[in-house]
Amino acid sequence: MSPNLSAIFYLISGVLFILALRGLSSPETSRQGNYLGMIGMIIAILVTFLSIGNFSTGLIYVLVFLLVGGSIGTFIAFKIPMTAMPELVAGFHSLVGLAAVFVAISAFMKPEVFNLGTVGNIKLASLIEMSIGAVVGAITFSGSVIAFLKLQGIMSGSPLTFKGQHIINLIIGLSIIVLIYFLCKTQSENLFWTVIGISFLIGFLLIIPIGGADMPVVISMLNSYSGWAAAAIGFTLENSALIITGALVGSSGAILSYIMCKGMNRSFFNVILGGWGTTDQASSILAKEQKPVKNGNADDAAFLMKNASSVIIVPGYGMAVAQAQHALREMVDTLKKNDVKVSYAIHPVAGRMPGHMNVLLAEANVPYDEVFELEEINNDFANCDVAYVIGANDVTNPVAKSDPQSPIYGMPILDVEKAKSVLFVKRSLSPGYAGIDNDLFYRENTLMLFSDAKKMTEDIIKSL
Amino acid sequence: MEIDPFIFRLTIFILSISVGYYVVWSVTPSLHTPLMSVTNAISSVIIVGAIIASLSGVSENIFEVSNIFGFLAIVLAAVNIFGGFLVTQRMLKMYKKKKKK
Repeated sequence: MSPNLSAIFYLISGVLFILALRGLSSPETSRQGNYLGMIGMIIAILVTFLSIGNFSTGLIYVLVFLLVGGSIGTFIAFKIPMTAMPELVAGFHSLVGLAAVFVAISAFMKPEVFNLGTVGNIKLASLIEMSIGAVVGAITFSGSVIAFLKLQGIMSGSPLTFKGQHIINLIIGLSIIVLIYFLCKTQSENLFWTVIGISFLIGFLLIIPIGGADMPVVISMLNSYSGWAAAAIGFTLENSALIITGALVGSSGAILSYIMCKGMNRSFFNVILGGWGTTDQASSILAKEQKPVKNGNADDAAFLMKNASSVIIVPGYGMAVAQAQHALREMVDTLKKNDVKVSYAIHPVAGRMPGHMNVLLAEANVPYDEVFELEEINNDFANCDVAYVIGANDVTNPVAKSDPQSPIYGMPILDVEKAKSVLFVKRSLSPGYAGIDNDLFYRENTLMLFSDAKKMTEDIIKSL
Repeated sequence: MEIDPFIFRLTIFILSISVGYYVVWSVTPSLHTPLMSVTNAISSVIIVGAIIASLSGVSENIFEVSNIFGFLAIVLAAVNIFGGFLVTQRMLKMYKKKKKK
């Protein structure tokens, strides 16, 4: 196949990828969009085979490896529980990153295959492009591995900070740029390996200080990085499908990071530069005097909700941990039989990744038109009888509006406080991730239900 | 003077960023998780580079170091392509509208 023809096909698959994302504007069109994405991928792979035109023994190995990877991927896709989506996505990001590094290495070792010059005499632009691809890919890989370990609970989710962290990161970052400069001058293989090595290192160091509840930002950011890495490799390989996709994924991840940061009213740098709440720990401990709370049980909750005319459910990460989404939906079904109007309110940063709660509710067969975003539903709290907060905390804390000293001041919150009564399903009174007390716990109209989210919801179903 | 082909690629890149910007803002927030998994799958189109890398060189010696990196990249990207698209599909299947009573 001539290079011009294959370039046209790569362009087509790039357009199909755009349509795949476009389909996600509504659940109805999303499935079709996903198929278009698959077709785009098939076209890209077939065109590559045809344009190489080398059907020797090598091709058999390529197909074997493709099948090996494909079966692993298929197996994972069908086995993974929906609650583990954040880990899975982090894991996938790390693979894209590592693949980018490998392709860059291969291009560096055999530049003539990709028309980039010869060993020791690689075109300057290509060398810069492949170095950027390798660096960003390596950061994506090691950063995603840390994110994966934190989400999986293998590594502590609390932020790990040490003195001089930012200085060290800055020095490493600058040294990568300097080393790439010398790499371009000398074309030295050792320098190339060094650059990749310290890029892996900085990926680890960048993500280690970031805590569990900031993971939505981190995952989105790594999503973005994986895109930029792919785009840089696309420049090296002069492949438009890769450039288009890289740019799409890069901007997609960047927008998601922005939305997540806005959901927490924090700047991107504030998140990346390390732990939330770490600076304010002293004040939160001081504020922790004993205040009386109203303690309820499942029967009280069932009574309140049965006699309500409208209930809004506010799910959070705790629901995911307890796997309470199915029990929750059963409870809602029972309530609906009693003519209670039920809707769900989702905060942008609820859970550990963008859209995490929506997927879990969808898994439990909750129709998506009963689930609302913060802006859509926030005014309804004033007219609702009961707010059932299950596994969420900081996103409901009215302190975000009232106390300029609070670390979460200015964060958009769900106005749960306006509901006639509030039910909090929580294991204990412990403060949320931000390390601050939630005023709502002590309000007159709040009833605390101390239990595991799933168990409490099941108990409520029984007494309904 | 002729225009460097790099400029054309840069044009594609910049325009794709703008397209991506508008397309992604129109994605409904409830589908943000599938958005991430599908972007994962499509960015694995990097497999194209991996295939070229692994098929380079003479056929007698298919396992040179540079080829091996290509093969490894194929496996990684294939996990992502299949895993990414299929898990996205599995998620999207779950999004249902309210049944009309």
